[in-house]
Amino acid sequence: MATTHFEVMEAESAPRSSRIVNDLSIQVATINGSGSQTANTVLLRALFQMGIPVSAKNLFPSNIAGLPTWFTIRASRYGYVARKKEIDFLVAMNPETAEEDVLSLEPGAAVVYDEKLNLAKLRGDLAFYPVPFDPLVAAICPDAKLRKLVRNMIYDGVVAKLLGIEVEEIRIGLEKQFKKKAKAAELNWNAARAGYDYAEKSLTKADRFWVERMDKNQGKFLIDGNSACALGAMFGGVTICTWYPITPSSSLAESLIGYMRRYRIDPATKKATFAIVQAEDELAAVGMAIGAGWAGARAMTATSGPGISLMAEFVGLAYYSEVPIVIFDIERVGPSTGLPTRTAQGDILKNAYLSHGDTKHLMLIPSSTEECFSMGVEAFDLAEEFQTPVFVMSDLDLGMNNWMAEPFEYPSKPISRGKVLSVEDLNRLPGFDRYKDVDGDGIAYRTLPGTKHPKASYFTRGSGHDEHAIYSERPEDYVANMDRLARKFETARARLPKPEIREAREAEIGILAYGTTHWAIVESLDQLQREHHLAAGYCRVRAFPFSAEVFTFIRRHRRVYVVEQNRDAQMHRMLRMEVDAADVGKLRSVLHYNGLPVDARSVTDSILRQEVRN
Amino acid sequence: MATTAMPPAAPKKVNRVGLEPADYKGNRSTLCAGCGHNAISERIIEACYELGVEPYRVAKLSGIGCSSKSPAYFLRSSHGFNAVHGRMPSVATGTVLANRAIMALGVSGDGDSASIGIGQFVHLMRRNLPCVYIIEDNGCYGLTKGQFSATADLGSKLKTGVVNDLPPIDTCALAIQLGATYVARSFSGDKKQLLALLEGALVHRGTAMLDVISPCVTFNDHEGSTKSYSYVKDHDEPLSDVSFVPYFEDITVEYEPGTSTEIALPDGSRLVLKKLRTDYDPHSKVEALRLLTESHDKGEIVTGLFYIDTERPNFLDLLNVVDEPLATLPESRVRPPQSALNEVMDSLR
Ligand SMILES: Cc1ncc(C[n+]2csc(CCOP(=O)(O)OP(=O)(O)O)c2C)c(N)n1
Ligand code: SF4
Repeated sequence: MATTHFEVMEAESAPRSSRIVNDLSIQVATINGSGSQTANTVLLRALFQMGIPVSAKNLFPSNIAGLPTWFTIRASRYGYVARKKEIDFLVAMNPETAEEDVLSLEPGAAVVYDEKLNLAKLRGDLAFYPVPFDPLVAAICPDAKLRKLVRNMIYDGVVAKLLGIEVEEIRIGLEKQFKKKAKAAELNWNAARAGYDYAEKSLTKADRFWVERMDKNQGKFLIDGNSACALGAMFGGVTICTWYPITPSSSLAESLIGYMRRYRIDPATKKATFAIVQAEDELAAVGMAIGAGWAGARAMTATSGPGISLMAEFVGLAYYSEVPIVIFDIERVGPSTGLPTRTAQGDILKNAYLSHGDTKHLMLIPSSTEECFSMGVEAFDLAEEFQTPVFVMSDLDLGMNNWMAEPFEYPSKPISRGKVLSVEDLNRLPGFDRYKDVDGDGIAYRTLPGTKHPKASYFTRGSGHDEHAIYSERPEDYVANMDRLARKFETARARLPKPEIREAREAEIGILAYGTTHWAIVESLDQLQREHHLAAGYCRVRAFPFSAEVFTFIRRHRRVYVVEQNRDAQMHRMLRMEVDAADVGKLRSVLHYNGLPVDARSVTDSILRQEVRN
Repeated sequence: MATTAMPPAAPKKVNRVGLEPADYKGNRSTLCAGCGHNAISERIIEACYELGVEPYRVAKLSGIGCSSKSPAYFLRSSHGFNAVHGRMPSVATGTVLANRAIMALGVSGDGDSASIGIGQFVHLMRRNLPCVYIIEDNGCYGLTKGQFSATADLGSKLKTGVVNDLPPIDTCALAIQLGATYVARSFSGDKKQLLALLEGALVHRGTAMLDVISPCVTFNDHEGSTKSYSYVKDHDEPLSDVSFVPYFEDITVEYEPGTSTEIALPDGSRLVLKKLRTDYDPHSKVEALRLLTESHDKGEIVTGLFYIDTERPNFLDLLNVVDEPLATLPESRVRPPQSALNEVMDSLR
């Protein structure tokens, strides 16, 4: 019985007076459009520069201005970067949500707030720090119009003083943020300083949270997943990007535009070695990418769930006519517009089999910005090697939040264009059959339009065709072609990135997850071990089709928890379709789908609940 | 062993790139005998032969429909992509972006372009993408057996007796308004005009949109249809007598002064428009749109070159892409060096 394999330990109970160092979460509650981004980014940077592992989650509404928004920063000496469920340090700037925000805190938390909100009366078990924001900002910023812009910097100063953030790091963070705009940097610095001085003079530390310098961030930098994907695409040699704006993927295409303008303009002619086109919709975006991929360009599009739905017919065409394209899907909550600014892993099942008829697609699933980069590069090689659409499955959490990153590794292999026949090849060969499996791996040879050779041309289509690319409705031809496509898919299975597997000795249970869920799992594994002596193996799936290692992992465990951020246990279902019948019953689900990035505690609790039932 | 000398074979007819007419053919058509689309394929073959187009430089692109099948029936040695319904414009755009040396030849139907694909149609026109865009316009959906399309005229009747009660979309008027730079209407039955307009389109450097009325002999060729052969023949009002003079042929076309307009095309070829009607200036959008509106109200089918602009930059000019095809740039030009990556990472530290 599973229950005998662990015992519930007393939770780590520390005396309330003891200091908690480098292990806290800060939440800034503001109003969308109130200009808190600089203050929040600088706060994050200051902690990062102090060598403390940090992560940030921007929880924002689908709105340009006026609705509540929360920015959470986690500092963790253990290096945990998943969202932390509990808030330790609240900065309450939004009058509308302040009461609710305060009431939801755990005892012992701290609240920095605008004096006027009069929050201290709400509870007696928190540390309250009232700050007179308006007089403070008036004193340092004579121009009333600018006050709104710098007002938020005051809380950076207050929080710095209260937590022990080195104020010099705030100044450096501001300089980074404003680069050449020295005036703006100075004004903001004065505001931060005013907050700091105020806290020093007028506030008495009454909570237990502190930060101290560490040395954990050597060589690291902060980047969001969308920028990392864009960099991956650029170093992957992308030449054409066609896209249509949609949160949370727009910033991928937009940062690509920035990078390409900087690094991909031909120095001699000042002309672009790329084309980026904002299309009229996602149908056109993917259609252009397909036209370009067919004609030999490394082509991509970036979108989110609703866009993927529009692309469905075209993706089937690309699968069947065998055109390489890369589709970055930055998943968000659906169905329909759902929660467009919240995160989910809701497209994994749909994309795996997107379109009509028998289709299945290659997917790469990054968990980190490092993988956004490396898989961004690799996706283009894979698309061309397998002559098929490749999805890179990111999500809003990964795409739009800042993450600490280890240095990205410059691609070590040259660009691989796959099986493309040149004029010389065609001269040498007796003939060319576009859809013939010459090598037995299911991957046929292709030619690019514009190849100057009488044998080069072929006519491709979504309708039935034989191996010579001739229209055919013969049953044998159709079956032969579909079987070859299936063979190609099997070839890909062995070629795609392998799962990352962490063995735990004699563990009965395994956890299987993918994408951003990873960060909650690493923490949950520690919680299970530390708090409940429950060891679990871990398999992080990085690609579809699943490689053999995934099935071996499932086979080796008695129960396997598939943790994912959707309601319908999408990957669980995909696994069920493929695992041995004997293993189907081992699969369980831990599901998280409220729009917030999954946290470790929720995973741990769910696994424990299910284990007790076993 | 032959003991007597054979008479020398008659020299084969070849064009300026050494190809025979047969080199421009495609597979045997599977469309209905007499379908207007077949006549258009023949003109495409003729135009490419006469101009000496090298087939390897052409990409044939189409959507779905009888019309969209036709690229299989010409230019066998060109690459072709028969895509999805209504989406030829995006595939053509991607193809041209990938390889600017390619001549994109798009073939679509009136259903393909004016209904399901109208969104992509208008945006391609706006971009003035360098390509030839042919709508084989029969006022109905041939491949799905004769339903009305959005170019069917008000009052036109289906075989079943159903009368169309919605106004047609004039694809030429739309194209002109939105920025296409070579816009013409022709009739699959007017060999001479269609050939000249096609040749002009092939050397044009922006979007050349040709709406070619192309009767569907199986579903829309009856009494009461305004897209039947006889109806179009009776109501066809050519704007001018069009001749195309390629740059490599030293021909002077003599017309009485004031009776014709000559248009210089970018490669040095010329279009000579001999006026058949009142003074008409194909450089004026306003005139073109007035002509289309008025003739439509009169129930005439005006054909000819409505509008041309050889100055407006095309989409590739606007994107400022390098002169070589993007598709085949070497790694050294598409993968920035390690120093670039380091620079980006440093800026984020
Ligand atoms: C998404 C989608 N919807 C519907 C169809 C069915 N369909 C095939 S051809 C066609 C109409 C073709 O009409 P048109 O473009 O005028 O070409 P024609 O056959 O008349 O030349 C339709 C509706 C399809 N292939 N794809
Ligand atoms: S059905 Fe009409 S459009 Fe289709 S091939 Fe026959 S005649 Fe042509």
